[in-house]
Amino acid sequence: MSNIGAIDGHDAHHDDDHHHGPAKGITRWIYTTNHKDIGSLYLWFSLAMFLLGGTFALVIRLELFQPGLQFVEPNFFNQMTTMHGLIMVFGAVMPAFVGLANWMIPMMIGAPDMALPRMNNWSFWILPFAFTMLASTLLMEAGAPNFGWTFYAPLSTTYAPETVTFFIFAVHMMGASSIMGSINIIATIQNLRAPGMTYMKMPLFVWTWLITAYLLLAVMPVLAGVVTMMLFDVHFGTSFFNAAGGGDPVLFQHVFWFFGHPEVYIMILPAFGVISEIISTFSRKRLFGYDSMVYATSSIAFLSFIVWAHHMFTTGMPLAGELFFMYATMLIAVPTGVKVFNWISTMFKGSITFETPMLFAIAFVVLFTMGGFTGLMLAIAPADFQYHDTYFVVAHFHYVLVPGSVFSIMAAVYYWLPKWTGNMYDETLGKLHFWLSFVGINILFFPQHFLGLAGMPRRIPDYALQFADFNMVSSIGGFLFGFSQLLFVFVVIKCVRGGKKASAEVWEGSHGLEWTVPSPAPYHTFTTPPPIAENAHARVETKGDV
Amino acid sequence: MQPKNKFLLGLLSSALVLISTHASAAWELNMPVGVTNISRETYDLHMLITIVCALIGVVVYGVLIWSLVKYRKSKGAKAASFHENTTIEIIWTVIPILILVAMAIPSTTVLRQIYDTSESELDIMITGYQWRWQYSYLDDEGEEVSFFSNLSTTDDQIAGLDEKGENYLLEVDEPLVIPVNTKVRFLLTAADVIHSWWVPEFAVKKDAIPGFINESWVIVEETGIYRGQCTELCGQDHGFMPVVVEVVEKAEFDIWYSERQEAAAAIAELTDQDWTLEQLVVQGETVYRTFCMACHQANGQGLPPAFPALTGSEITTGPIEDHINVVLNGVPGTAMAAFGAQLNPVDLAAVITYERNALGNSVGDFVAPIDILQAQAE
Amino acid sequence: MATDNSNSTYETYYVPESSKFPIWASLGLSLFMIGLANALNGIKSGDGAGGATIVAILGFAILGTVLFNWFATSIRENHQGLPSAQLKRSYVLGMYWFIFSEVMFFAAFFGALFYVRQWAVPWLGGEGGRGSSNILWPGFEAVWPVIANPSDALFVPPHESMEWRGWGEALGYLPMWNTIILLSSSVTVHFAHAGLKNNNRKQLIGWLSLTVLLGVVFIFLQAEEYIEAYQELGLTLDSGIYGSTFFLLTGFHGFHVTLGAFMLSVMLARSIKGHFKPEDHFGFEAASWYWHFVDVVWVCLFFFVYLY
Ligand code: HEA
Ligand code: HEA
Ligand code: HEC
Ligand code: CUA
Ligand SMILES: [Cu+2]
Repeated sequence: MSNIGAIDGHDAHHDDDHHHGPAKGITRWIYTTNHKDIGSLYLWFSLAMFLLGGTFALVIRLELFQPGLQFVEPNFFNQMTTMHGLIMVFGAVMPAFVGLANWMIPMMIGAPDMALPRMNNWSFWILPFAFTMLASTLLMEAGAPNFGWTFYAPLSTTYAPETVTFFIFAVHMMGASSIMGSINIIATIQNLRAPGMTYMKMPLFVWTWLITAYLLLAVMPVLAGVVTMMLFDVHFGTSFFNAAGGGDPVLFQHVFWFFGHPEVYIMILPAFGVISEIISTFSRKRLFGYDSMVYATSSIAFLSFIVWAHHMFTTGMPLAGELFFMYATMLIAVPTGVKVFNWISTMFKGSITFETPMLFAIAFVVLFTMGGFTGLMLAIAPADFQYHDTYFVVAHFHYVLVPGSVFSIMAAVYYWLPKWTGNMYDETLGKLHFWLSFVGINILFFPQHFLGLAGMPRRIPDYALQFADFNMVSSIGGFLFGFSQLLFVFVVIKCVRGGKKASAEVWEGSHGLEWTVPSPAPYHTFTTPPPIAENAHARVETKGDV
Repeated sequence: MQPKNKFLLGLLSSALVLISTHASAAWELNMPVGVTNISRETYDLHMLITIVCALIGVVVYGVLIWSLVKYRKSKGAKAASFHENTTIEIIWTVIPILILVAMAIPSTTVLRQIYDTSESELDIMITGYQWRWQYSYLDDEGEEVSFFSNLSTTDDQIAGLDEKGENYLLEVDEPLVIPVNTKVRFLLTAADVIHSWWVPEFAVKKDAIPGFINESWVIVEETGIYRGQCTELCGQDHGFMPVVVEVVEKAEFDIWYSERQEAAAAIAELTDQDWTLEQLVVQGETVYRTFCMACHQANGQGLPPAFPALTGSEITTGPIEDHINVVLNGVPGTAMAAFGAQLNPVDLAAVITYERNALGNSVGDFVAPIDILQAQAE
Repeated sequence: MATDNSNSTYETYYVPESSKFPIWASLGLSLFMIGLANALNGIKSGDGAGGATIVAILGFAILGTVLFNWFATSIRENHQGLPSAQLKRSYVLGMYWFIFSEVMFFAAFFGALFYVRQWAVPWLGGEGGRGSSNILWPGFEAVWPVIANPSDALFVPPHESMEWRGWGEALGYLPMWNTIILLSSSVTVHFAHAGLKNNNRKQLIGWLSLTVLLGVVFIFLQAEEYIEAYQELGLTLDSGIYGSTFFLLTGFHGFHVTLGAFMLSVMLARSIKGHFKPEDHFGFEAASWYWHFVDVVWVCLFFFVYLY
C-alpha cells in the first residue's frame, strides 16, 4: 500500500510534461484528477442510474396499468417505489448536476481545474460503491427498503426489513460524497476565478451552483444525523422515534424534511442556472435582470430552510406551526416568479432560434411553472389536507423534477455536447427526442392531477375502479416517455463517436469563457488565466453583436 | 372484459378524453365538494387557487408564446439590447405578493375552523393497525363499543380471478357509523406505524401516529356512505385499508348504538360459556382469515423469512402458555402485533385453538376464553 | 481574496496528474460499511457478528492506511514547494466548509433535543396542542430530564440524571471539570500557535503537548462518566429519550474530541520533526480550528445537556 504514496510523489517530479493529455486505458478513469474526466464519469453514472430508476418506474406503471394485482407483490411494489425515488434523486439528478459543475465551472470561471482534484475523484468514486450496496439489497433475502424514499419512522425502524442497515450506510456514503463534492465546488468558485471575474460577473450557472453547494453543506449532514438516529433506534435501543421512551415519530419527519425540502431546491437551482444560459444564447440577447436572478436564487435558498413542515401539514402540528409554514412556503412563489419573468423578458424582443437545447429550455419554463403552481396549491394548508399523499402530489413533484430538473439536464447535455466532444449531435434526432419526451411526459403526468383530486392515494399497488382509466393513460405515457429516452442514449453515443465538427463558439449567440476554447475542449483548459473584459457582464465578448 | 379489449379501449379513450366533454365518474377531474361545511370551504379555496394560478398562467404563457412567435430569427427579428428595468422588476415582485396575501386570508380562516375541535357531542377513538382500523366510541356509561373495520374485498377479486365489485377495495366488513348533523370528534392514534385517516368528502385527513393522539372533527350534513383510504405508507397492505363511514339519522344511530352495546354484553357472556374444541376451531378459522392470514398465509406456511410458518412451528405445537403469550403480547420489534388489545377473549381463544388444531397441526389441546382472561389479568 | 487570483496558472496551481488514493479509499470505506452492516444485522438477529467484523476491520485498515499515505503525500508535496499560496487557500476554504458541515451535523442532534424537550415530552405529559396523547400514557408526567418514561416496561428509565447537582457536589461533578479542561485546552493550543508563529519551538511543543494531554484527560473523564452512568445511574442508551439524546450528543462530541486529539498528536509529531514554518503551517491551523470547534460544541453541550 505504501508505494501508492511513492507513485504520487514521483508524479510530482514530472514538471517537464505538465500539459500532456489523458492517460491511456481504464486507469485513466479510475485514477483521474481531471475535472473533465470526472465530469464525464458523473454524467455517465447518472445516465445509468436514470435508466435503472426509470426501469423501476416502469415496473410501477406496469402494475398500475390496470386495477388488480397483476405482476408484482405489494411488498415488492413498495420496494420499487422506494428504490425509484432514491435512485432518481440521489443517483440520477444530483450526480448529473455535479457532473455538469465539474465540466463547466472551471471553464466558466477561467480556472485550470477544480480546487481539490484528488478529493474530486474520491467524491465520485464513492458513489458507484454506495449505489451498488443500495441496489444489492434487492437481491437479499429480506428485500430492498420498502418504506418510501422519505423513510418515515417507525416503518423504517421497528418495522423495517433488516436491509435498512445497508440503506443507512449507503446514505452515509452518498452524504460524504456530496459534502466533499460541494466543498470542492465552493472552494473552486471562491478561490479559482480568473482575475477580473468578480462574483457579479460569474455566469448564472456558477452562481446557482455556489448557492446549491452551500445548501448541500448545510443539509447533507442533517440527513446523516437523522439516519444515524435511525441506526441507533434499530440497533442500540434508543427511542428517538418511539413515544414509549419519550420520543416522537414526527421528530423523524422534522429532521428529515429539514434536509428534504432544501434537497428539492438542490435539484432545481442548478437547473435554473442552465436554463438562464441557454435562453440567453438562443435569444441572442443578454439575460434580463442578472442581478435580480442572483438575489432571487439566494432568497429561494434562504426560504428553503424555513418551509420544511409543509410536507407535514397532516401530522397534527399546532395551529401556529401550520400557519407559519404555510405563509413561508407561499412566499417562495415570489422569487421563483421573478426568475420566470426574467426568462420570458430575455426572450422578449430577442432573435430566437429553436435548436434542441432551446426546445428543452422552453418546455422547462412552461412545465416547471405548472409544477410550481401546483406546489403553491399544496402550500395552502387546508387544501393540502385534501391533496396530501395523493397522486396530486406525485403530479406536482414530477412536473418540477422531470420536465424541470431532468429536462434541464438534457438541455445542458445538448447545449454543451459539441464543446465536450467536438462534434455536433444529430439535430433531427435531437428534436425528435424532444417532441417524444414532451408529449410523453404530459400524457404520463398530467392525468395524475385528476387522479389525485379524485382521491387516489400514492404508494398503492392497486386501486379502486374509478381510477382505472386515467391510470391506463398515464402508464401509456410512461412507456412512451421511457422508451424515448433510449433515443437520447443513442443520440449521445452517436455524437461521442463522430459527426459534423463543431466550431469553438458552437452556437451563434453563445457567450462566456467556455466558448473561447476549441471544441472539443482540450484536456487542460485555462492553464493560464484568461483576460476578462472590464465591462463584461457574466460573459466574455466573443462576438461584436452579442 | 378481456384484458386485450380493455387495453384497446384504454388507448382509444385516452385519445378521446382530450376532445370529449362527456363526464362519467371514471373520468372524474376534480375534487368532491363534500358534505360538510369545511369540505365546501376547502373546495372553494381549491377552486380559488386553481383559477388564480390558471389566470397567471394565461398571462405568463401568453407573453411567452407571443415572444416565441414574434421574435423568431427566421422571421428576421433582431435582438434588442435591454437587460434590466427596475420598475418592472419591482412591479412583478409586488403583484405576486398581493395575490399571495389575498390567498392567505381565506386559507387562514378555514384552517382556524378546522383546528377548533371543542364542543363535540360524540368522541370516537380511531386506531390504525397494520392493516385495519379500530373504532372505539368513548362513552362513560354502558358497555364499551369498539370494533375493527377490515377490507372486505376478496382475494380473488384482487388477483383477477373474480369480477371486481363496484366498491372494489373501498368496502369493509363493518363501517364506522356516526349520526348526521352532530359534531363528532375523532381522536386518532396508531398501534404500530403511522397511518392516515382520510375521507375526501369530509375533507378530513389526519395522521394516526403511534403513541400520540391527533384530533379532528366533522359535522356531516347528509346521510349516506362515504369512502376513503389510508393515506400514509404503512407497509405491504397500505393500499388495502379503506375507510368507510356510514352517516345515519340520529334516531337510527341511537338504535344501532344500543344494539352494539348489547352485542358487547353478549360477548362478555360468551366468554363465560363452555366451549368445545370444534366450536373454537370453526370460530377460529374466521378470525384467522381476517387477522392472521395476510402474513402467515391461508395454509399456515407464512412467507419466511419475513413471516414464519405456523405449521409445525415450535410455538404452535409447543407449550400452550408460550403460544398464548405470543398472540396476546406480540413479538416486540417485529411485525407480529400484540393481539390482546385487538381481539376479544373469545376470538383470541378461538384463533389459538385453530392454529393448534388446523393448518396441518393437531396438538389436540385448546384454550377457553376464560383462560385468556386469566392470562390477561396476570 | 478575490483580489489575489492572478497566480492561478496550471504551473502554480498544482494539479496532480492522477491518484490511486481515492479508489482505494472508496474500497476501504465500502468494505468497512458492508462489514459493519452485516455485523450489526447478525448481532440483532442473534446469529452473531461472525466474519463480518473481520471485513469491517479490514476495510477500516485500508481506509486508514490510504488516508495516512494521502496526507503524507500532501505533506511531501508541500515540502517540495509544489502548492502555491492559492492552493493553500483552497485547503483553508476546504477546512472551513468542512467544519461548517460538522456544525450542521451537531445541529441535527441539538434540534432533536430541543424538539423533544419543548414539544414531544410535554405533549406526552398532557400539555399543549397534542396533549390528549396523555390518554395513552396515563400517569406520565412531563419533566426534564425524563426519569420516568411513558412506558417504563419497554424503556427502563434511569434512577438519576446527569444534571448539575448544586455547588455542594460541584467538586465531584465531572462535567464541570471537563468544561474547565476543554476550555483551557483551547487556550493552550492558542499559545502553541503563538509559539509557532514566533518561531519558538519550545513554546510550540510545550503547549501543544499540554493540549494533547488535556484532550486525553477529557476523554478519560468522559469514559469515567459513562461508566458511572451505566453502573450507578442506570442511564443507558436504551433508558428512554433522555439517555438517547444524552449519549448521542456527548458520544459524538467525544468521538470528535478523540479525532481532534489524534490530529493534534500528529501535529505534535510533525512539530517535533520540524515540519512547520512560522508562515506556512496549514496542517497545524486546521487541527487547531477543529479543536476550537469541538470546544464550542462542548460549551453548548454543557449548557443544554447538563445545566439547563
Ligand atoms: C425540483 C423539485 C421541487 C420544486 C422546485 C418544488 C417547488 C415547490 N414545491 Fe414541491 N415537492 C417536491 C419537489 C419540488 N417542489 C417533491 C419531490 C415533493 C414530494 C416529496 C414526497 O413527499 O415524496 C414536493 C412536495 C411539496 C409539498 C408537500 C405536499 C404534500 O405532501 O402534501 C408542498 C406543500 O407545500 C410543496 C410546495 C412547493 C412550492 C410552494 C414550490 C415552489 O418552489 C414553487 C414556486 C413556483 C411557482 C409558484 C411558479 C412560478 C411563479 C410565478 C409565475 C409567479 C406568480 C405566481 C403566483 C403568485 C402564484 N411541494
Ligand atoms: C428526479 C426524480 C424522478 C424522476 C426523473 C422520475 C421519473 C418517473 N417517475 Fe417518479 N418518483 C420520484 C422521482 C422521480 N421520478 C420520487 C421522489 C417519487 C416518490 C417515491 C416515494 O413515494 O417514496 C416518485 C414516485 C413515482 C410514482 C408514484 C409511485 C407510488 O406512489 O407508488 C410514479 C407512478 O407513476 C412514478 C413514475 C415515474 C415515471 C413513469 C418516470 C419516468 O420519467 C421514467 C422514465 C423512464 C425511463 C427513463 C426508463 C428508460 C429505460 C428503459 C426504457 C429500459 C432500458 C433499460 C436499460 C437499457 C437497462 N414515480
Ligand atoms: C403483520 C404481520 C402479522 C400478522 C397480521 C400476524 N402475525 Fe403472527 N407473526 C408475525 C411475525 C413477523 C412473526 C415472527 C416474530 C418473530 O420474529 O419471532 C410472527 C409470529 C407468530 C407466532 C409464533 C410463531 C413462531 O414459530 O415463532 C404465532 C403463534 C403467531 N405469529 C400467531 C399469529 C396470530 C394468531 C395472528 C392473528 C391473530 C397473527 N400471528 C398475525 C407477523 C404477523
Ligand atoms: Cu395504513 Cu397506510
Ligand atoms: Cu418541500
